[in-house]
Amino acid sequence: MIHFEHIYKRYPNGREALSDLSLEIAAGEIAFLTGHSGAGKSSLLKLIALIERPTRGQLIVNGHNVAAVSSSKVPAFRRQIGMVFQDHKLLHDRTIFDNVALPLIIAGIGAKEIGKRVRAALDQVGLLGREQSLPLELSTGEQQRVGIARAVVSKPAILIADEPTGNLDPDLSVEVMNIFRRFNEVGVTVLIASHDVYLLERFPVRRVRLEAGRIVDSTAAAPAGKITTKPGERPEAQLLDPGKLLGLGDGVSP
Amino acid sequence: MSAWITRHLQTLIGALGRLSQQKLATLLTIMVIGIALALPACLHLFIANARIATGNWNQALDISVYMKMPTSVDEAKRLAGRLRQRRDVASVQLVTSDDALKEFRRDSGFGAAIDALTDNPLPHAVVVRPKAEYATAAHLEELADDIRALPGVEIVQLDIAWVNRLNAILEAIRRGVLLAAALLALGVMAVVGNTIRLDIQSRRQEIEVTKLVGGSNAFVRRPFLYSGVWYGVGGAMVAWLLSAVVVGVLRTPIDRIAGLYGSSFEIHGLDWRATLVLAGTAVALGWLGSYISASRHLRDIEPS
Repeated sequence: MIHFEHIYKRYPNGREALSDLSLEIAAGEIAFLTGHSGAGKSSLLKLIALIERPTRGQLIVNGHNVAAVSSSKVPAFRRQIGMVFQDHKLLHDRTIFDNVALPLIIAGIGAKEIGKRVRAALDQVGLLGREQSLPLELSTGEQQRVGIARAVVSKPAILIADEPTGNLDPDLSVEVMNIFRRFNEVGVTVLIASHDVYLLERFPVRRVRLEAGRIVDSTAAAPAGKITTKPGERPEAQLLDPGKLLGLGDGVSP
Repeated sequence: MSAWITRHLQTLIGALGRLSQQKLATLLTIMVIGIALALPACLHLFIANARIATGNWNQALDISVYMKMPTSVDEAKRLAGRLRQRRDVASVQLVTSDDALKEFRRDSGFGAAIDALTDNPLPHAVVVRPKAEYATAAHLEELADDIRALPGVEIVQLDIAWVNRLNAILEAIRRGVLLAAALLALGVMAVVGNTIRLDIQSRRQEIEVTKLVGGSNAFVRRPFLYSGVWYGVGGAMVAWLLSAVVVGVLRTPIDRIAGLYGSSFEIHGLDWRATLVLAGTAVALGWLGSYISASRHLRDIEPS
């Protein structure tokens, strides 16, 4: 799904963020990208979203060689990737509904379908009923969940997140991570950049560790049984029902 | 398709809503555009009204044709008949030498002197009045040349100098108006473009986020284009109102002047056609100004 082959990234100021980096993220995989700040995590994610382009090497995302994506095709390319940011990047003068609807409006989807999908996405992150609130009326954790809803509302094949729990306390972090895992369960490829040690301990998924722009360690996923669930969380069985996710085939008539 | 139309309508209304949130700034921008557009609109009114005021000038453009001597009355009648058949001629009046002499005797007061003449020294004359739609300087010259070439014609008299002068003056003014209009149009585009530039700067974050989630340049640009269209609409309304005020203020003094000249002339405001041109131009300029500005400045905003 995401294929880095001898990728180098050097910024105009001469800093080399990534050097000779090769990495394969399979379709349907979930992985943590770890390392100290400045190790190249953000640069790696920016390359995937084509916010930056590799200086050297080949990068294939969802079957597209990024070198062949012209700048006029970048918007269409980005629409197949959901992005979650540490600072949420919500539009503060628009309602939660309008924020989440933005990718669908860009894609030119009809108003009725937008309403359905936005509510489904907000339901997935537990914010159904807050559609008409403004972002600043929500807590930081809730704002991050709005950001996630916006990232997944257009059903992207890939979800990337840059320090999504950076501003959250441990409980909220676990909550956000559970949301990511639920999307991964229905086949979305998820890549999360994080240096949140607590989170890494609780979710033993694949880890790709970066240091000075190189991969120093890439451990396979731990057995699924080790994943711990806190009491009071929603039952996994319901969360993992693919049909329930994103309101697909859940009885909503077209 | 319907989703597309709905989306555009929402963007259009959304742009209006955004403008109405900044009432004072929007009002000032629209005022500037309106004043810039009102100047050529009022100059247009000046020319249009000047044309109406001198509207009867073509009636003074009779062509006097004097026949060679001697020419028989029948021949003069034939010539008059021939001229009558031309499609650019409204009427032809034959003044025979006898009629002319009678008239001269009556009007001049030289009755006794004329009686002393054995021969009538006056030629037959034909007065040709061109149709109004052919009363252009160029065509009148052409008509006069045609008549000059006819047999039996001695002199063709066409007093066209003052028409040429008037046309030259009106043409000069018209060109001046066009030039002024072109400069003011550039000014309108600059005003709209600058306003849009500031708007883009203040919405930088929103533009970045939209591009991050896959918004194309065209998508990001759209609301700004609609803002430009609204500026044009508002500017056209202001310009129309200003021209109406000018006409209203000038109506009474111009009526008085017309009365002193015994004319029934009345000042006219912008008709529906001129109003459409004004509105169309304003909207087009608003759109173009914002298009140029948005295309230029949106390119620089990329997420990082």
